[in-house]
Amino acid sequence: MSEIAQPASLALAVSRPRSPPFDWRRAVPFLLAAPLLLYMVVLYALPVVAMLLRSVNDPTWTLANYATLLDDVVFQKTFWITINTSVTVTLGCLILGYPVAMGLVRARSMAPFILVIILLPFWTSVLVRSYAWMVLLGRHGLVNEALLALGMIDRPIRILNTPLATQIAMIHILLPYMILPIANALRQIDPSLIRAASGLGSTPFMTFRQVILPLSMSGVAAGTLLTFVLALGFYITPAMVGGPRDITLSMLIAQQVDQLNWAYAATLSAVLLATALAILAVARKLPGVGNAFKTSMR
Amino acid sequence: MRLASILPASIVGLILFFLAFPIVVVAIVSFSSATYLTFPPPAFGLRWYEAYFSNPDWLKPTWVSIWVACAVVVLATFLGTLAALGIARLPKAMRIVAAGLILSPLIVPGIVVAIGIYYAYSRYGLVGTPIAMVLAHTCLAVPFVVTSVTASLSGIDPRLEQAALSLGATPGATFFQVTLPLIQPGVLVGALFAFITSFDELIVALFISGTGAVTLPRRMWDDLRFQIDPTIAAVSTLTIVLTAALMGAAHLLRKRAERTRTATSSAVA
Repeated sequence: MSEIAQPASLALAVSRPRSPPFDWRRAVPFLLAAPLLLYMVVLYALPVVAMLLRSVNDPTWTLANYATLLDDVVFQKTFWITINTSVTVTLGCLILGYPVAMGLVRARSMAPFILVIILLPFWTSVLVRSYAWMVLLGRHGLVNEALLALGMIDRPIRILNTPLATQIAMIHILLPYMILPIANALRQIDPSLIRAASGLGSTPFMTFRQVILPLSMSGVAAGTLLTFVLALGFYITPAMVGGPRDITLSMLIAQQVDQLNWAYAATLSAVLLATALAILAVARKLPGVGNAFKTSMR
Repeated sequence: MRLASILPASIVGLILFFLAFPIVVVAIVSFSSATYLTFPPPAFGLRWYEAYFSNPDWLKPTWVSIWVACAVVVLATFLGTLAALGIARLPKAMRIVAAGLILSPLIVPGIVVAIGIYYAYSRYGLVGTPIAMVLAHTCLAVPFVVTSVTASLSGIDPRLEQAALSLGATPGATFFQVTLPLIQPGVLVGALFAFITSFDELIVALFISGTGAVTLPRRMWDDLRFQIDPTIAAVSTLTIVLTAALMGAAHLLRKRAERTRTATSSAVA
């Protein structure tokens, strides 16, 4: 009996699909990522979410804080200034950035030198760069002295603490974010296309207009979006060099926190964050932008 | 014809001048001998550097900043490198969620992060402590470590690890003797970025440094509210030199890593 049963049970043991033993190797990626993910959730994500919740649960669950924004004159003026500044700065960066990107890609022996000039301000802190513009644009700053010496003005003009100062300083700070993605896109253009165009009798301008510009649009789009989204959240520069009445959304938020007006500050933060995320969400749908983003963030 | 080729070059030159000039001016002003801010300086001297190095009100925040940044480097590099190794092997959906969370401080406006952290940390009595600065700055520094290590991981030829495993190395030995040396430049670059991120950070510091953990940028900010004396130009110049040196080192490391990478994988092939 047992002699017959033995092989049968043995066969059964062999053929029965046993539940696979726990393979610790498959758990390793999770275990490696877990400490940082836990850290980020507890010390970063939850704090931000808890703060944002103050906009809807203060004192009870309500959307009233958002509803009041619709006829909140201060908010609307601030929001408009923020968008206006960001659009102006982005356009300024585009106009100044594109030629530099082309110069960087075309330069041969000068390329490392140009790259250092682009990266040196890029690596310098926003605070120091804003301070540099305070030095330049002040009442007795270099710009005023130069204009006086050239006889273009009779007495120092007010540039520091005006919207113009904010725009100049922000363009200076954000320019590398525009240059690098565009240069990336330009570098990927097949040079034989440009040779083909000129070989077929195209003028340099036509080649630029019909070959180079269309092929660099992914970089332009990535640079524009990155610059715009970063400009939306600017706080230090407008606070330092901007006008006392030209308050951006970030400055209004900081002001409300100082007054411990958490519900309002949280509502404004949610609006600022939602605007930035909405722009990025739209941007990802554009062809080529996602990839250009990834390479330029490195 | 000649004008057409000179014109674009001079335009690019002017824009590059616009980029570099403000920083050059700060450096020049820092060597001014004048007691007030003026350009060009009437004469040159080191009085503002003396003013900085002899004033404990400047030196103490400098040490706080260095201490905090070093702690951030250790914490962010350790957590970030482990996570980068893990994330690369996670299933796709989880990888996107994890990367989204870790990289989000690059995109979320600084003020939103700062007041969120202030809101939560103040409830636990952390505001005004160096610990809070380290914990908060690590969140901001980690994205740079993860992207840097991930980039160097993706450049590793998978045949190198396979070769080690097939020649009988344990997974542990493969990691320490093959993978880790290959990603080491990426880890170092990430660490340098982490240091600079913390050392230069201001917005979070404005809210949570209180009176007990005043960092150098915070001290500069406070000073600028009342006066613009050239001591700040001296401090700025020192931080520009420090940052440029660290970033230059990061750049060279990255270049060298690219060279070794191509060398090792062509050796395998």
